[in-house]
Amino acid sequence: MSLNIELIKKLTQTYGPSGNEDKVLEIIKAEVKDFCDDITYDALGNMICKKAGKGKKIMVAAHTDEIGLMVTHIEDEGFLRFTTIGGVFVEQTIGRRVIFKNGVQGVIGVEHLEDKKEIKTEKLYIDIGAKNKEEAQKYVNIGDSAAFAGEFIESGDRLISKAFDDRIGCYVAIEVLKNLKTKNEVYFVFTVQEEVGTRGAAAAAYNIHPDFAVAVDVTSTGDTPKAKKMAVSLGKGAAIKVMDRSIIVSPSVREMMIEIAQKHNIPYQLEILEFGGTDAGPIHLTKGGIPAGVISIPTRYVHSVSEMVDKNDVEASIELLKKVLEK
Amino acid sequence: MLLKELTEIMSASGDEKEIREKIKSIVEPYVDNVYVDKMGNLITCKKGKKDKPKIMLAAHMDEVGLMVKSVNEDGTLSFSPVGGVDNRILVSKTVKVGEKKINGVIGAKPIHLQKREEQQRPLDYDSLYIDIGATSKEEALKHVSLGDYIYFDSNFEILGNDYVKAKALDDRIGCNVLIEVLKNEYEYPICVAFTVQEEVGLRGAGVAAYNVEPDFAIVVEGTVAADVSDSVPHLVSTELGKGPAISLMDRTALYDKKVIDKIVKIAEENKVPYQFRRIASGGNDAGKIHLTKGGIKTIAVSVPCRYIHSFNSVAFLEDFNNTVKLVDLIIKNIEKEALI
Repeated sequence: MSLNIELIKKLTQTYGPSGNEDKVLEIIKAEVKDFCDDITYDALGNMICKKAGKGKKIMVAAHTDEIGLMVTHIEDEGFLRFTTIGGVFVEQTIGRRVIFKNGVQGVIGVEHLEDKKEIKTEKLYIDIGAKNKEEAQKYVNIGDSAAFAGEFIESGDRLISKAFDDRIGCYVAIEVLKNLKTKNEVYFVFTVQEEVGTRGAAAAAYNIHPDFAVAVDVTSTGDTPKAKKMAVSLGKGAAIKVMDRSIIVSPSVREMMIEIAQKHNIPYQLEILEFGGTDAGPIHLTKGGIPAGVISIPTRYVHSVSEMVDKNDVEASIELLKKVLEK
Repeated sequence: MLLKELTEIMSASGDEKEIREKIKSIVEPYVDNVYVDKMGNLITCKKGKKDKPKIMLAAHMDEVGLMVKSVNEDGTLSFSPVGGVDNRILVSKTVKVGEKKINGVIGAKPIHLQKREEQQRPLDYDSLYIDIGATSKEEALKHVSLGDYIYFDSNFEILGNDYVKAKALDDRIGCNVLIEVLKNEYEYPICVAFTVQEEVGLRGAGVAAYNVEPDFAIVVEGTVAADVSDSVPHLVSTELGKGPAISLMDRTALYDKKVIDKIVKIAEENKVPYQFRRIASGGNDAGKIHLTKGGIKTIAVSVPCRYIHSFNSVAFLEDFNNTVKLVDLIIKNIEKEALI
């Protein structure tokens, strides 16, 4: 299998902070429309691609949104004050470039601070180069959201970009969707608003009410210098989730995934994430409960502008998801 | 003035009976159907000429307050907050306790007896007590029970010509907006949910939305205004006199930008002033409503109020009138502007 690097690049580089996922959804729609029996959108904006079948009803969730910033105030001098969307490491944002939906770009600056500990969102601003408020308002208004810039780099087996969380999950879902051969009825849901509290997935799960669900998302690793202890490494295969803050995956789901990986010689590792959650959290608690599991793509520097994944892990995740859905 | 009656009623979270009955008696002539659901939400519906889209409007009836948690040997009462109450605003205020609304004063050591370090930090709940004039536990228990609600004792007044001060503007002012809206006739079916237990975690609204199952929802709130002298401009949430505040994002919801843009257009075309709610903290019933069942498109429009969650909050009457206008226009334009 070879990865479609151009598509991965396009997915990660597209603008899509939580609440503004439409550009990402358009790209995905163009890719998958010929492979879906039906494409619908729900009230929250999730895009659902249905592949009809007579077997089990399965839902796959990959979130399309990324973390970002929202403008809350425009200063007379043209600087933009903002609030964060999702889990932004505020102290890492200084000097970063951001981009708005209309393509306007800016850089994040900070007030003079005597102590680095004072770095808080309210001390930062975005400078789009406007000379005053009037000029700024020609391009940007209160309520507009910005995404971080973080270019795509291919470096041997490794890929670096912003927003692998979770465009790489979207990519995995797209590849599986295109090549799937199963009797099961599969709903590929490209969800919204995961980063602000896994909000989109629950609504989709309610409407679809599947027998089983798989979320595809990124997870952290413990393979960097003096990292927080975590038994997940880049390049060691697809990660099968055991638990995180939003779900303890049912042992039967976990074992089923492990068996499939072993049977088909798909490299895998087990994942215990001590922080964060995924769409599987709200999905498994929908209605009377829905069995759910997670396939995670190991990712370094999650929520930075330079997230890093390994191509082999992406391939393994595609293989594993495909086999799980075909079971 | 209806706002005076609504704000002076004492009904904290979980204890909405009195305000519910008041609102029910007011709106009954204007609606086709009224019921109270199992959580205590008051649901009032009006048919339209069409069957769809069905619109739910929500304002919460409950207010923040306090609750008796123990009766002390000396006849004083210890208490806990119900909802988000700033302990720094409590000392020396008068309150009403329990169903009988007996008088009480929130007491604390006077300045003469305080140690230096005690003077330098606000009194916490454990250092405050309520004095109801009882001299023993036994005597106090004749008048109050554990679990009794304690209400802020504060009257509605007009400030200057255009401002009002009252307790519980959050969210009786929203209830008042929706009572006015219920007097209008619409092409579409509308249900107003006067919800319970918002202040303790948006508990009523989700249940209401589950039962009503609307196509679109509008939450009307009394929200935090911070246009006071020491505010840093970029941290001001909303300002009095600038019109209804449209929510962009808070802790519980990200509001659909495409819908917000259309509401802005409606406001501008009809010359109704508006502002955005420009902070991301806090939350309201929209947080629960928009995630109900398969998801419900939901917006929030608020009347800016200073000093909310205290004994005296302040609102600007023209903001109230403009909120009524804007909500009315949103309902009327729901199909024309394709808000759903």
